[in-house]
Formats: sequence, structure tokens, C-alpha cells
Amino acid sequence: MAQEIRNYTMNFGPQHPAAHGVLRLVLEMDGETIVRADPHVGLLHRGTEKLAESKPFNQSIGYMDRLDYVSMMCNEHAYVRAIENLLGIEAPERAQYIRTMFDEITRILNHLMWVGSNALDLGAMAVFLYAFREREELMDVYEAVSGARMHAAYYRPGGVYRDLPEQMSQYRESPWHKGKDLKRLNSWREGSMLDFLDAFTDDFPKKVDEYEELLTGNRIWKQRTVGIGVVSPEQAQAWGMTGAMLRGSGIAWDLRKKQPYAKYAEMDFDIPVGVQGDCYDRYLVRVEEMRQSNRIIKQCVKWLKANPGPVMVENYKVAPPKREEMKESMEALIHHFKLFTEGYGVPAGETYAAVEAPKGEFGCYLVSDGANKPFRVHLRAPGFAHLSSIDAIVRGHLLADVVAMIGTYDLVFGEVDR
Amino acid sequence: MTDTQKTSLAERLAARFGDTLKISVVRNEATAELAAADLLAVATALRDEPGFRFTELVDLCGVDYLGYGQAEWDTTDVTSTGFSRGVEGEAVGRFDWADRPRDVHRPRRFASVMHLLSIEHNQRLRLRVFCEDDSLPLVPSVCDIWPGVNWFERESFDLYGIIYDGHPDLRRILTDYGFVGHPFRKDFPLIGNVEVRYDAEQKRVVYEPVTSVVPRVGVPRVIRDDADLMQAKAEAADDWRRN
Repeated sequence: MAQEIRNYTMNFGPQHPAAHGVLRLVLEMDGETIVRADPHVGLLHRGTEKLAESKPFNQSIGYMDRLDYVSMMCNEHAYVRAIENLLGIEAPERAQYIRTMFDEITRILNHLMWVGSNALDLGAMAVFLYAFREREELMDVYEAVSGARMHAAYYRPGGVYRDLPEQMSQYRESPWHKGKDLKRLNSWREGSMLDFLDAFTDDFPKKVDEYEELLTGNRIWKQRTVGIGVVSPEQAQAWGMTGAMLRGSGIAWDLRKKQPYAKYAEMDFDIPVGVQGDCYDRYLVRVEEMRQSNRIIKQCVKWLKANPGPVMVENYKVAPPKREEMKESMEALIHHFKLFTEGYGVPAGETYAAVEAPKGEFGCYLVSDGANKPFRVHLRAPGFAHLSSIDAIVRGHLLADVVAMIGTYDLVFGEVDR
Repeated sequence: MTDTQKTSLAERLAARFGDTLKISVVRNEATAELAAADLLAVATALRDEPGFRFTELVDLCGVDYLGYGQAEWDTTDVTSTGFSRGVEGEAVGRFDWADRPRDVHRPRRFASVMHLLSIEHNQRLRLRVFCEDDSLPLVPSVCDIWPGVNWFERESFDLYGIIYDGHPDLRRILTDYGFVGHPFRKDFPLIGNVEVRYDAEQKRVVYEPVTSVVPRVGVPRVIRDDADLMQAKAEAADDWRRN
């Protein structure tokens, strides 16, 4: 008896653990094979750009953290660079080093999240637990410097909010941390934050070896990623891909090298590139990026230890005066009042500032008409461009490969939906 | 950004396209303004010709120039009653749908702005196309030239109502299913038009006109003279604080 088999449509997400948040994917299937993938995004759309138009410049820095909420400070960096471009100011050297260091800390934070959750999607549980162990340490660095573990709002036009803390926070005794364990946890935390980072960077390459030991040679991992989601260099450019998606396809393009900002021109690091352009190559690229980021952090720590100095421009139109000064000086008080009630005007013009965020090129297109609020802010999110290519890439793959592909895009819906 | 070629990008653009492009270079960022009718030919040339090779379209977005350069708070004269405390004006966030601003202050409101990237020459270029008709903003789609622009054009259509002629799949992308209006237009209220809640009687989510929030602005929109910034520079140079 002949039986008719029809294509059927399947709904993937928006509440699926491998959908990385709120992706709704409508898949047209022929058996297990994908015929068409139609992502429905926007479930997390908050209108960040419109909100930014209704507020003074500085009040939107906090929104940037909430875009790509696993690489917070890189988003801030693009936004404050755009404002600095139009204002024609430049952050002091120490602030530039601090930004470089925190961009790289952010990159490690992001890649740890990525390697953990991607492995989890593909069936490996342990990597997630390993990765979050180191994430915790770096989150503490975020907290030490800004007071918040994630949404830091630490970068400001003209520098950073404050200098690095002299004291690293320590664990207290509790039912979970006690005795020898507590001593070990606190052994890095005796000195300043930079001492802590020094100890961390000495240790971190060994930790990356641990993740690699679990995955790089793992037969199941290779079966799920090698030859899956191959992106050719031409395809990668046509689809507007940047970051690890582009480098995984063999194009050595990295804004930190090609259009250096902050202090990247002075840093010694390498750009890893892939050969095949498949999920496995992109995994290798990201793992190597963690090692390179570690190198950059080490160089920044060394410089920052040796060179104290201001971390904010001495321009009271954009940066608040010091508390002590306000007690004595009338002008300082007026500046402080004006800055926090009205903000500062940014000269009319337009600019596009991009940074190499962990996921790719994160850009901020800013149009100002001279007011204290932006006229138009557009945020170019790498994940948005990447996800748009999913239909072209996964056609003909199996359903389980879609999960591998979503993982390798390194999607965070805070930035895709904005 | 380092130029890998002998002549500057602006010179090469002017030599190749002549009057088609209106080129300006500010802070090393090149911008070219062009008419919608020329877009496809220019874009194809920019992507393919060896002198340009803009193989990547990094970003595309819409801009609504309604109310550009308008402040809410006139600071040039003081009346006998003093300042208005910034409670007047028509900027984003100040109005609901019924009181939205209607007069158009610029000849053309909508523009589509593209950012191109040439990996080969390590160069960026911004293209701006104004839409001729404000009531039906129309721009040709560059989807056939850079397929990655697909979603960016959908986003611009969704948020600004700019129609990309020739786009294969011009659906809304970021807003809700069944959304009405184009939320990023300057005459669309910040509080929105509808809100949702769960109705226990009907046992479903219902859409209703916004009542739970009212238009409110914390800080009025102010345009000061740029002398402000010049003064700041002079002050910093002067070391006035230590005197």
C-alpha cells in the first residue's frame, strides 16, 4: 500500500533550552531534514534605540549592558566611543588600558559562557560546570570595579567611572565556604584587584587545557561539529558576518588589529583563523581567543601596576568634578548640577564607532543634532546579521544540526532583538 | 584606518561616480549621499570594482529626520514668568498618539543609511539615500547585492515604514505579531498605543489602549551653543581651578 509522506512544519522555541533565550524557529521539515528555517525574532525587543533618544547621553550607558548581556563592557565601549568621536575628546591613557583589559575580561566571560552552553546543547554537561567556575572569578572582578556583577555601566565618555580598587573582595566563612576550601579561595585575594588578575592569568591557560581535554579530541563532540554548518569565505562576507564567524572561515579580520582602538595597537597577540569554516573550526578559534585574551590581560596588568594616573578627562562639561572640590569651588558645584540635571550637548554630526565584541563587530551609529540627547542611535549587533543567515546555512542539514548551528552563532537575544 | 591605495577614497569615488554622489569626509569617515534611482548601479560597482571592493554591508538602518535640530526649551530669551521648566515641546516621550506632531520640518523626512566595509582595502563608507516621498518612503532593496542586508531592511521597514522595493520577504521582524504603526518614527509616542494584560473573564490576553502610563520626560531636550564645549577646552587649558 502506497503511503503519502508530506513535509511538516515544526515549531522550535521560543521556550526551548537550546534556543538560547527567546528564539522562535519555524522549521519546514522533510523527515529529519530541514527544507526551510524561518526564525521569528523580536520577542525581547525593548526599543533600546528609541529609549536612548529620549534620555541624556550618559543615562543610556546602562542600556548597553543589557543588549548583549554576556559581553557587557564591549557594548558600552562602542557607545562611549561614538560619543567621544563627536565630542572630540579622548580618554586618558590609563583609562584606555583599563578599557582594553576589561574588553578582554569580557571576551573570556563571553567565550566561557559560549563554550559551556554550546557543549551543553550538544550533550556535554561537565564543560558548563568547569566554565562557570572561572566565570565566577571574573564576575568578581566586574563587581570589584563597578559594584555590579553584570550590568556594570563602568565606561563613561571621557574615561571610566573610577580607578581600579586597592582591595579585592574576599569570601567570608559560611556553610559552603569553610576551612581549607575558604583559604584556597581567598589565597589570590589578599592584595589588590590587579594582583588577583595576575594570579588568575597565570592559572587560566591550565583551565583552558581542561576544557580542551573534555572537547577537542572528544569523538562525540567532533561528530556533532566537524563538517557541520560550513560557511565559505564568500558566503561569510555576503552575509555580513564578523568576528569568529568570519575568522572561522579563514579570513584574518579583527578590528583590534585592522582598525585598532583603545590600546590594542600596543598589545602583542595573535589572531586565530579557521580552515574549513565549520562549527569545529569556530570552536577552535574561540578557544584560542581565550588564550590570546589572557595574554592581553597580562600585558595590561603589568602596565597598570607600573603607571598610576587619571582615569577620566579633566573636562567638567562631560565628567563630574570630585566631591572634595565641590565643597570648595562654586564652579565645580555648578558643573556637577548641570551635568546631572541636563547632561552635556554633543556637537551636531554623525559617526559610526565599532569594536571587536566577542561575538563580532558591535557598532554604534550615532546622529546628534547638538542636543543633550542623541537624535538617533543605531546599534549594529553581530548576532542579528549572523542569525539572518541561518536559513541559507542549515538547509539540507538534520534537525540536530540546527542546535549545533544556533550554538556556533553565539546568539544572545538581548542584542538580536535590542 | 590605513589607506592601502595611493589616492584617498573620496577622490576615487569622485573620479568614478562624479556628480552622482555627494561626498563628505568628517573625522576620516566618508559619507556619500545619493539618489534612490542611482543606488543599485552604484552599489554593484562599489562591491565589484577592484578599487572599492566593499564586499560586506555591515549595517543598514532607517533615520527619521522629523524635528532634527529642534529643542524643547528655548533658552535664548527669558519671559517675566521665567523659564517654562521644560514642560512644553514635542519631542519623543512628550505626547500620546492623539497629540502627535504633524508638521514636517525638513523637506525630506526618511533616509536609509548603509555602512559598507571593504576587507581588502580596510575601508568603510557610509551611503545615505533620502526617500523622495514622505507618505510612501521608497528605496530600492540591495538584497541581491548583499544578501545579508535582508533582515536589516526588514527591521528598517518595521520600525520606520521605509519600503524596500524588490525585497524578497518584507515582513515585520522585531515588533509583535499584528502590530500597527512604525514605532521608531519621531511622531510615534514613546509610551506606545496599546498595552496587553491577561483578562480573567475572557481567559486570554487582551490588547487595550494605553492607560497605565502617561507621557513623561525627565530631562528636557536642550541645544546649547557649541561655545559651551569651546569654553570647556579653554577652562581645561587655563587651569582656572587651581587659582
